[in-house]
Amino acid sequence: MNFLQPSTWAEALAMKAAHPEALPIAGGTDVLVEINLDHNRPDTVMDLTRVADLAEWATEDGLVRVGAGVTYTRIIDELGDRMPGLAMASRTVGSPQIRNRGTVGGNLGTASPAGDAHPPLLASDALVELASASGTRRVPVRDFFTGPKRNAARKDELIAAFLIEPATGPQTFSKVGTRNAMVIAVCSFALALDAGRRRVRTGIGSAGPTPLPAPEAEQFIEGELDWDGRQPPSDAAVARFGELAAAAAKPIDDVRGTAAYRRHALSVMARRSLGWAWQDYRVGWA
Amino acid sequence: MRVGESVRRPDGAAKVRGRFEYSSDLHAPDMLWGATVRSPHPYARIKAIDISAARAMPGVHVVLTHKDVTGRNLYGLEIKDQPVLAHDFVRYWGEAVALVAADHPEQARRAAQALKVDYEVLKPITDAEAALAPDAAKLHPNGNITRQVKIRHGDQSARADIVVTGEYEIGMQDQAPLGPESGLAVPEQDGSVELHIATQWLHVDQEQLAAVLGLPPEKVRLTMAGIGGAFGAREDLSMQAHACLLALEAGRPVKMSYSRTESFVGHVHRHPGRLWYEHGADRDGRLVYVKARILLDGGAYASSSTAVIANASCFSCGPYRVPSATIDGIVAYTNNPPCGAMRGFGSVQNCYAHEAQMDKLAAELKMDPVELRMRNALQTGDKLITGQTIDGPVPVAELLKSIAAMPLPASGEGKGGDVDLTKLPGGVSNTTHGEGVKRGVGYAIGFKNIGYSEGFKDYSTAKVRLFTKDGKARVEVHTAAAEVGQGLVTVQAQIAGTELGVNDVVVLDADTNVGSAGSSSASRQTYITGGAVKTASEAVRDRVIAMARAELRAPSGLHIENDNVVTGTGKLVVPLATLLGDEVIEETREFHPRQTFPLDAETGQADAHMQYAFAAHRAVVDVDAELGLLKVVELATAQDVGKAINPQAVEGQIEGGSAQGLGLAVMEEIQLKDGVIRNASFTDYLLPTILDMPPVRMDVLELGDPNSPYGLKGVGEPPTISSGPAIAAAVRAATGRPITRVPIRPHDLTL
Amino acid sequence: MKVACTVNGAAREADGVWEGESLLYVLRERFGLYGSKNACEQGECGSCSVFLDGVLVCACLVLGGQANGRTIVTVEGLTDASGLHPVQQAFVEAGAVQCGFCTPGLVVATHDLLQRVRKPTEAQIREALAGNICRCTGYAKIIDAVNLAAGRT
Repeated sequence: MNFLQPSTWAEALAMKAAHPEALPIAGGTDVLVEINLDHNRPDTVMDLTRVADLAEWATEDGLVRVGAGVTYTRIIDELGDRMPGLAMASRTVGSPQIRNRGTVGGNLGTASPAGDAHPPLLASDALVELASASGTRRVPVRDFFTGPKRNAARKDELIAAFLIEPATGPQTFSKVGTRNAMVIAVCSFALALDAGRRRVRTGIGSAGPTPLPAPEAEQFIEGELDWDGRQPPSDAAVARFGELAAAAAKPIDDVRGTAAYRRHALSVMARRSLGWAWQDYRVGWA
Repeated sequence: MRVGESVRRPDGAAKVRGRFEYSSDLHAPDMLWGATVRSPHPYARIKAIDISAARAMPGVHVVLTHKDVTGRNLYGLEIKDQPVLAHDFVRYWGEAVALVAADHPEQARRAAQALKVDYEVLKPITDAEAALAPDAAKLHPNGNITRQVKIRHGDQSARADIVVTGEYEIGMQDQAPLGPESGLAVPEQDGSVELHIATQWLHVDQEQLAAVLGLPPEKVRLTMAGIGGAFGAREDLSMQAHACLLALEAGRPVKMSYSRTESFVGHVHRHPGRLWYEHGADRDGRLVYVKARILLDGGAYASSSTAVIANASCFSCGPYRVPSATIDGIVAYTNNPPCGAMRGFGSVQNCYAHEAQMDKLAAELKMDPVELRMRNALQTGDKLITGQTIDGPVPVAELLKSIAAMPLPASGEGKGGDVDLTKLPGGVSNTTHGEGVKRGVGYAIGFKNIGYSEGFKDYSTAKVRLFTKDGKARVEVHTAAAEVGQGLVTVQAQIAGTELGVNDVVVLDADTNVGSAGSSSASRQTYITGGAVKTASEAVRDRVIAMARAELRAPSGLHIENDNVVTGTGKLVVPLATLLGDEVIEETREFHPRQTFPLDAETGQADAHMQYAFAAHRAVVDVDAELGLLKVVELATAQDVGKAINPQAVEGQIEGGSAQGLGLAVMEEIQLKDGVIRNASFTDYLLPTILDMPPVRMDVLELGDPNSPYGLKGVGEPPTISSGPAIAAAVRAATGRPITRVPIRPHDLTL
Repeated sequence: MKVACTVNGAAREADGVWEGESLLYVLRERFGLYGSKNACEQGECGSCSVFLDGVLVCACLVLGGQANGRTIVTVEGLTDASGLHPVQQAFVEAGAVQCGFCTPGLVVATHDLLQRVRKPTEAQIREALAGNICRCTGYAKIIDAVNLAAGRT
């Protein structure tokens, strides 16, 4: 096994160009599990924890650009007001030890359908910034997940950052697990209301080959909501929203739960999330 | 350091500083690392093994197969049916087939992967019922029934006005001790081997190893290494024989340490089971009869299955007066992972069933479930369904009364405002702010035997030495008993300190230089090894008193108190150190509890058990009925411990045992598909975290058993029996769903 | 490859490290610091909790090479050879230690919590220690120990 340890971003991109097979590692919370349990023996590993730029975040043209190496703990502590959905999801990631080390960049790199960061990124219409020695591009997160544990990054690219618009309305995240802490999602659901644009965005985790949005549910409920009067949506509309959210999922039976349960749980979470978010909108958003 | 005090653990300081040496921490100069080649199939015939590629890998020193087993290639606690290394067949996924020793663990792993085994894959039997079918493949020469227990008690044609039936299913639980199976084998010049190992029973390991290695027992010396929990998982051999074989062949020390994934196939599990029950009662709720069929899946090898099914059958009706019982307990071989001992040992599975049945009966009779249980409570002098008259305290009604009288926790938080997510089902995963949440309260009581049963020889050996060190009296206690975390090392010191009146008591490391202590299982060590330490200490004390009387012409009625020989009224006769001088007083004693007898093959009648222990639980559970998620709000428990030798340690056993019961009820299950474990990791085999385990309210009764040392009763297992069934009952109460299977899964509550 | 770092205040170096070795393996088998425990090696149990540049992490999830030049404090480094740290003392007194395999990780995690929150509530204790599995105690005495330590520091 080869171990690469670039100390700058330029060096990292050059190394990735020279070693396209290199597996990037940041917090190690996915990669080390694979190595320790002998599930994977990567030929080359590239440690990105020395690249200081990756651990920075800044505001840029109205978006918050968060380096791929910013940990979950820092997202909770430093960015909770700007991206509450992602912060709520971050709070459910593993344990304090994992949150101190794990990064959203790593979550995107692994691209597991169960990654906790993905649903709120989907619900926030985040962009993923990919970089290579030959340039940088930004991919909408809805186009980023291409299959189970596959993403849109090319072999010579590294994940540099993600970009999110600061919350323009209430956001929620819910995750079903069979334990009250430290659990991988049976399924999860994120919801973001965009009060200014009167949009609703969703994200579904762990209920399909990739993290998924629920566009039909979004469109349906956008039309039902009383954005001006702020009256609660009808029970029927809420129920329909839940059904459409569940219908967007493509779940399977696996060791963590059944497909039928996942659909059921998604409909419940979607209904509840809408209720909580709308209540916040009624009382909290100017 | 006296009996009845909450004495601090002598190993506590080393443990909190990270300086306590566990079996996985062992190392030796020039040491090699062992690795195991394991079967990828649950059932297959081995056609050929080619070790050449593995042998040629870098760093590899030794590769071994069944051909290299120097003694008998079979072992087992009750039935010698398990190969050390598979030769003709592999019978479960993960069975050991070959061994490798190399300089670095990664080299050993790569070599293990390179070893080629040619298998003829066979169709596995993965269901116990299917294993019983007449046309099922025979997995062992005597067929697939490992043991069948028949209990025929009372009127076999009894009929009742009220009849309830039920079918229950229990998942396969893992002991999941945090310390992995590990140890260090050191070969000696004379062809003997020294094994440093974490085990529940040194001497039974030694006996099995001697046979497997083809060595006389004195050439297989075992020293106890630090044990990172056990709970039944360290009763059978895991890597012991493998490390010894590798070390003897390599001529160098060999360390083996399992990964968590390997640990799941490296030890036996709690038997999964299916249980069919019929309870008959009169209109006042008095039980008339119980009929049950209990089918446990023993997996590929026997381990302690024969004893587990006896327990499951003997205690199948719970601690109730049952005039007539017809019980058929069967444990079958399958191609699933082998099952054996786990805390509760057969009584956990049946408690789910008999307690669900009692609740069903109460509902049928429109009677309070606690009242129904009290009405049928077993009492001292009653006959068990095995015909044995139960003596000593039998506080079934008292325990039920106690838990029913404890105050209930405040109701859950209402909707709105700032919700504390950690208090709700789903926790910080934010699945409810109170929506769908219903509270339920449930009760359960269980019992089991303490110590070995059915004539299995139960005894322990203790050597106690009294001498002077640095001008003060010191006592050394030496036994082979395993300190698995339960606090036995403290208990031994307390007992010796109490009997000898000496303040400086040291418990030596356990090894095979002293006689057998039996296993640290069956909640027996405080009773049996405690009894041995007490007896040996008394013998030392008698000699001291005789010495004082002879040398000082002191009066009778002397005893030892606070390092001094004193008169009956406490007057100083002589400091112990002065009396002893250079003298060393040493006594070794065996302690044998009362005898037990095997169950009759046709009727299951016998005085099969030595002591019984009881515990009751009340569970309060909040259920998000829409999502099927749970939060156990509180457990309340009452248990008779006879005498609390170390009250703080007793509380720790009750809290920890209750937590393991909770685990089986709500999350812990080894999931199998076609004989393959799908969740052999702590990512998917979930253990209760600190956010899952609620506070435990407890009432510890000390009713004193006239037959046992200090009146004590075994403590470790009872809490694991009834906590889960109480949780299941609470979920039933909250949701109205029947809950016939554990662990309770979200989809069981919603779809 | 070579791994050089500062562990418990001392410069340590190991040569011939396989690139796939975790920091946990390096600490245990290269530096002889066996206090950090190998219970799951997948970040699910917290038994190998250490401070890496002052941050609480699972040593099993850090690649040995990632620790190059970093500062690590393990359970062995919380006190000098003589005494017990108040957190350690509290664990012994409260009966929070049984088999003790989870204990070093819990001691380190509790140390981290009490550095951040001097008098944590029970809810804070539970959330902070949710990554540390204990199979023996049922956690009640661990909560007692944290409260005891918090009352003394």
